[in-house]
Amino acid sequence: MNEEEKEITEETIPRVLEQLREKFGDALLEEAESQNGVVVVVNKEKSYLLLEYLKTELAYSFLVDVTAVDNSNLESELMKYDYARFMVIYQLYTFEEETSRIRVKVPVHEKELKIQSVTDLWKGANWLERETYDMFGIDFEGHPDLRRILMPDDFEGHPLQKDYPLRGRGERESFNFEKQNV
Amino acid sequence: MGLANPNIESGHRADQSEGNFVTTTIDKVVNWGRKNSLWPMPFGTACCAIEMMATLASKFDLSRFGSEAIRFSPRQSDLLIVSGRISIKMMPVLKRIYDQMPEPKWVISMGACASCGGVFDTYTLIQGVDQFLPVDVYIPGCPPRPEDLIDAVMQVQRQIHKGELPKGAEVA
Repeated sequence: MNEEEKEITEETIPRVLEQLREKFGDALLEEAESQNGVVVVVNKEKSYLLLEYLKTELAYSFLVDVTAVDNSNLESELMKYDYARFMVIYQLYTFEEETSRIRVKVPVHEKELKIQSVTDLWKGANWLERETYDMFGIDFEGHPDLRRILMPDDFEGHPLQKDYPLRGRGERESFNFEKQNV
Repeated sequence: MGLANPNIESGHRADQSEGNFVTTTIDKVVNWGRKNSLWPMPFGTACCAIEMMATLASKFDLSRFGSEAIRFSPRQSDLLIVSGRISIKMMPVLKRIYDQMPEPKWVISMGACASCGGVFDTYTLIQGVDQFLPVDVYIPGCPPRPEDLIDAVMQVQRQIHKGELPKGAEVA
């Protein structure tokens, strides 16, 4: 939980959170309130169903962003979610509710570095998931075309993983011009 | 003939009564024409490109130096202005553009990022395009002022005027 996110009290509970609690109960690992919205942490098994529910039943139809965080340097975060190294984050938006934003976080373990793709819910998730795969190495199952999007095709490693060296592994000094497809 | 240009140092003004002509060498004339009609290929990838646009627009007006004909085709240009940071994915594109330019060709590396990577000392950024391209003139600054770019163009002009070969020609 970030500093900007504050605890939810029973009086001010947003409607969307009530609905999510009712439907997903145990799958919700954590809840918090953020600016104009709520943050929920949900386990991986139910994440797709929760996102589908938010889109089709609760009008959170606009997928703002898909990204991830590598928590390997944050012991406090690791301990909370059974040492899941990564956290995949979905930002949703609605035009109809007062609680207009919802952030869905999904812990993902390093030894099982995959999560179900949401490209069949939102077409726009295609490139966002490709970027997350490129930067963090998270495999989105069911994605139609999971290729790198930012780094060159023959790049090795995933640069936003915390153990990737900032200055790289010598890619920037030497590469083969003939091999590159321009 | 109208070639009464004081820049042609070896040119000799003939007696007016015998008609207007100068004697010079073909190299001098060619270089004189070449330096006053540099056609830049802009390769703008970052904020330096904004300064480059300002240089080309009316306030700073690079056309005063004969370089108003910006070519977005490398095949029609002879001055490559690399303005902005170049990533390892972009470098092969830049290299191909340079290779497509007809000889003789000059390269200006504009700004800190193109010249040495600037503040971006990261896995993805080329730490100076001179590792892969023969750069003739570097411009410091982050970003440089339009005056700095004009100065660099004039420096290229001076090199051409002196008959110096571009860096790329020495490598080839």
